[in-house]
Amino acid sequence: MLSPYRLELSVRPGETDPRGKHTLHQAREFLGLPVATVATRYVYSLFLDAAPAQAEEILAAFSNPVIQTGKVGVTLPPADVDWVVIIGFRPGVTDNVARSARSAIGDILGRPVREDEEIYAAVEYLIQGPQLTRGDCQRLAFGLLANELIETATILSRVEIAAHGIPVNRPVITDHTPPQVKTINLEVADAELERISRDGVLALTLQEMKVIQGYFREAAEERKARGLPAAPTDVELEVLAQTWSEHCKHKIFAAKIAYTDTTTGKTESIDNLFKTFIRRGTEEIGQRVDWLVSVFHDNAGVIKFNDKVHVVYKAETHNSPTALDPYGGAITGIVGVNRDPLGTGIGANLLLNVWGYCFGSPFTKPEDVPPGLFHPRRLRDQVHKGVIDGGNQSGIPYAVGWEYFDPRYLGKPLVYCGTVGTLPVTVNGQPSEKKSIKPGDLVVMCGGRIGKDGIHGATFSSEELHAGSPVQAVQIGDPITQKVMADFLLEARDLGLYRFITDNGAGGLSSSLGEMADHCGGVEVELAKAPLKYAGLQPWEIFISEAQERMSLAVQPEKIDAFLALAKRRNVEATVLGNFTDNGYLHLTFQGKTVAHIKLAFLHDGLPQLTLKATWTPPHFPEPELGKDFDCAKAVTDLLGRLNLCSNEFKARQYDHEVKGLSVVKPFIGANRNVTADATVTMIEPLSTEGVILAYGITPRYSDIDTYAMMTSAIDTAVRRTIAVGGRLGHIAGLDNFCWPDPVQGPKTPDGEYKCAQLVRANQALYDLCTAYNVPCVSGKDSMKNDSTKGGRKISIPPTVLFSTIAKMPDIRKAVTPDAKRYGDLVYVIGQTRNELGGSEFYSMLGAVGNRVPQVDPKLALAIYERVGQATDAELVHSLHTPAFGGLAAGFAKVAIGGNLGLDIDLKKVPVDGDFGPVERLFSESNSRFIATIAAENRERFEALLAGAPFACVGEVTLKRKLVLHHGDKLVAKVAVDDCLHAYTGTLAGI
Amino acid sequence: MATASDVKALVITGFGLNCEKETAAAFQAAGASADPVHLNDLLDGHATLSSYQILAFIGGFSFGDHLGAGTVFANRIKYRMREQLEAFVKAGKLVIGICNGFQTITRLGLVPAVGGRLFEQQVALAQNAQGTFRDDWIMLKGNPASPCVFTKGIDLLPLPIRHGEGRFVPQDAAMLAELEAQNLICLRYADPESGEPATAFPANPNGSVNAIAGICDPTGRIFGLMPHPEAYLSPYNHPHWPRQKLNGVLPEAGLGQIIFRNAVTFAAANLA
Repeated sequence: MLSPYRLELSVRPGETDPRGKHTLHQAREFLGLPVATVATRYVYSLFLDAAPAQAEEILAAFSNPVIQTGKVGVTLPPADVDWVVIIGFRPGVTDNVARSARSAIGDILGRPVREDEEIYAAVEYLIQGPQLTRGDCQRLAFGLLANELIETATILSRVEIAAHGIPVNRPVITDHTPPQVKTINLEVADAELERISRDGVLALTLQEMKVIQGYFREAAEERKARGLPAAPTDVELEVLAQTWSEHCKHKIFAAKIAYTDTTTGKTESIDNLFKTFIRRGTEEIGQRVDWLVSVFHDNAGVIKFNDKVHVVYKAETHNSPTALDPYGGAITGIVGVNRDPLGTGIGANLLLNVWGYCFGSPFTKPEDVPPGLFHPRRLRDQVHKGVIDGGNQSGIPYAVGWEYFDPRYLGKPLVYCGTVGTLPVTVNGQPSEKKSIKPGDLVVMCGGRIGKDGIHGATFSSEELHAGSPVQAVQIGDPITQKVMADFLLEARDLGLYRFITDNGAGGLSSSLGEMADHCGGVEVELAKAPLKYAGLQPWEIFISEAQERMSLAVQPEKIDAFLALAKRRNVEATVLGNFTDNGYLHLTFQGKTVAHIKLAFLHDGLPQLTLKATWTPPHFPEPELGKDFDCAKAVTDLLGRLNLCSNEFKARQYDHEVKGLSVVKPFIGANRNVTADATVTMIEPLSTEGVILAYGITPRYSDIDTYAMMTSAIDTAVRRTIAVGGRLGHIAGLDNFCWPDPVQGPKTPDGEYKCAQLVRANQALYDLCTAYNVPCVSGKDSMKNDSTKGGRKISIPPTVLFSTIAKMPDIRKAVTPDAKRYGDLVYVIGQTRNELGGSEFYSMLGAVGNRVPQVDPKLALAIYERVGQATDAELVHSLHTPAFGGLAAGFAKVAIGGNLGLDIDLKKVPVDGDFGPVERLFSESNSRFIATIAAENRERFEALLAGAPFACVGEVTLKRKLVLHHGDKLVAKVAVDDCLHAYTGTLAGI
Repeated sequence: MATASDVKALVITGFGLNCEKETAAAFQAAGASADPVHLNDLLDGHATLSSYQILAFIGGFSFGDHLGAGTVFANRIKYRMREQLEAFVKAGKLVIGICNGFQTITRLGLVPAVGGRLFEQQVALAQNAQGTFRDDWIMLKGNPASPCVFTKGIDLLPLPIRHGEGRFVPQDAAMLAELEAQNLICLRYADPESGEPATAFPANPNGSVNAIAGICDPTGRIFGLMPHPEAYLSPYNHPHWPRQKLNGVLPEAGLGQIIFRNAVTFAAANLA
């Protein structure tokens, strides 16, 4: 017999209520609502087999007596409260707080809480504001406190509460549709095939539907013999749609492309961009370096580090789910990518996280946001919160974090999350990167349970956002369930309790088991054995659900008892779902009855290759004119305050970057720890002198002129940032993450051929520069349909590639930071400055694009990097910085701000290629350059080391805390370092 | 007399705790042995507290900080291994709680245990005054009059902080007065220039009353603090190490090691 209890936890009178304070601030500042006060309280609805005294005991254990008061029952709000807004979860949505409450109640009752007992968490906001209307409260509820997709908001006025009291929060699932399997007749007209794909959110083209139709026609006899219907079941069609989704099959990267360059008139045929440019480049580099361990075929790339460990690195995007539910999408992004290293080889330990986001400006006018899309400021807040919670609660420090802003990310934000892991070189005497499956091994799923979360996520992310986008395409990550599972799996790994591991991400079991089956030639799964969060899931839903925190394993039969026993001791749910075979089929049953039986060969290789056309015609943009009275000093501070240059420290410091105690060069550096580092350095384990350098490059605006330059600039930025913290060439690996607008020509994408040509050019550039630099791509990902048509307005992202690098640093004690350290030190500029303002932040500030986009001269760059590397190795450099957005102007400013010192610079001395004045010298974003400061007494040694590369001593570090820029005799600009600092930190202060 | 290598430290892990590796490394750097042990192994008898001299409640997010940091974890210990823990403490053995561990031992009532009243919560670590989690380095000032075993000899100590719930709140003014009078406040957030107790953000990173960063029980053998000494084992952890190196003041070892060395030295002399 279940008794209902309501537990209320309020802030003790006299104590501050930070959640209430924060809500009040946001409601006033962000929504402009006339709110006077906000008080909050937590409410737990319990439906337990427990006596009232036990409920009191639970309350006593839950509440913190120093700062909280609690009550079993309802406290009616004081008379001066005008409105109460109650935020709870919709039925079936992951409720992490309630899950922890369940654990705690089990301890108190001295027995596990049963499945039929219910626990729900909610927050009640008690609001004063006599002028507030119900409409205002609705705006507050859905514009700030809740996401309608996953949460409910109940709004009650004072009068309503007086009349009816406060309702009970019980979001119980009432839909108990019995499981059933349907068959879908594919022997229909083409238009009907298209309708089946569209209505079922299968995202299969007509051509693909016809291939599937052909397969089942051919298999009819064999299916009949097995007692199966000729027509495919819904399970089979869903498995095919998931496996063949753009997200999983990378159809565009695998396409046959006819690429025409209209400047030369030549057309070439490219068979598979990935194989032609990315994989080929890595394979060629693999002939020249000896540290590639495992590339492309596992969940993450693996490279050698030292005799004890390899390093593993993977980055992903989670754009579409984030556009729907920013918090859930983002937290799933980070905890999801954590499972990639965990599922690489025999399982890696997690070392570092990285994050990076492309957003519309948080200062976008509300009326400029199409209906149905989140305002970028709210979206940004929620994305940060999601990744902060995910990363911090997992105990993984971040090493790289950045944001990039452009109005074209209003439709779809880009959310990049990545994770570095370490893999012991051998585990139980076996090479850790190798794993296998034998027929007869058991299929085991462990971690979280399956719900409707994220169904059609894989197919959905291959679609543009429209008003009918499915709500279930949202997952909410639970970092604690995953952490507990990861701890257990690493323990099981070291005990040798399984043979193969991989993660459940997009496509769920369908994806993980489909791939695993390929390793041994078949799999048999009983779907009814899968543990569910709640009843009412259809068999197909069980198989493709993207419910989080799950790994799939192959366990040898002789190890299964030990595996399950350890899982139980660690409170991890692990379930045997079936076994692997070698009969060539994916075979699924539900309660003993076959519901899917598909040839693996067809599942994996049956997808027809896409053919695409690409046409390159270089664009041309007007060049801006500078007025005679152009103020360089103002331009310097204006640039520093621009969103793509300024500090995001307020948000970044909410991410843990010190856990594990390995941080050497931190994300923020300098005398006041307030300037972003070029790259970070992290020890490989506590007290080690060996470490890894993580860096990144991203230059989306260069795509407006030429994606070839965008790609080479992104790669060069990451590599030179690695050099800038004391890294060397020779042991740097890259990750490529492509995010593109739809490049398939069609009625909705009339410029598809151009966008496809942009894709080709970026790939050509990647091959060219990676092979020149010997930086192999060891892992990568693409996200190809980043367009939105919500509100009737098409918004497409600019072609965007994040290039991330990881490098080995043999001696972290030689690391360098960008901040000037001593007055009297000499300032050098190394590298060639060209008239390359095209696509720059400076031009963007003037409202222009321009045409001369920064290029990379690989031979020159390599000569510079080799020499600069020797200088840092010889410990001759006091500070080293590589300029990027904002050019030398921003570069000098950061060196000065970081050191809290001044610089005196003669721009005329800057090495240049061409004939141009101080404006180009200051703001051009030419690649492959450094600003160094050194002790005057080391001048000769330093210059001798650099000989052969372009460099010049351009000035010195001063005590007077002013950035003074001359051009020969002429003063170009004089800016107080404090003004630079205020510009740099002011834009996003507290935001 | 026993030596450091006879000292054994138990580092409790599981349920979202995450600093086991560096905390074990900290005890090992001080010459002791350290075993990370899952809480469940203590609950079901796979491991016992009594074979150790030092117990570490480490940093992390036990149960996701749901229901308030440390609440669910402290509850589990209180309901399922209270006797074992009480015996350990009554034997005069050492307990350190760092960050989430500090939150846990205040919820458990191991510190400050004024009046010897164990298992009574007397202080709390509430949400930071500024409302957000924060990662930064801060300066700490030691209290030479404190009985705390762990903070002996510490004057100024820079350490990283990283928490969202670190604002120290005593249950009332009388409790605060007791803590002050008995010198149970062993570490305070300090102004990095003057060394005086820091009243304002960011030197006082969470709005803690009287700048309290760490406290001990009246025996000085149970100690909790919000900052992370185990994250400053290497001199290259300090954010200004390149400057310190240039100026010739880079320490040989990370200064966070002092706290663990003090504990191991005391345990070797008195408990092993």
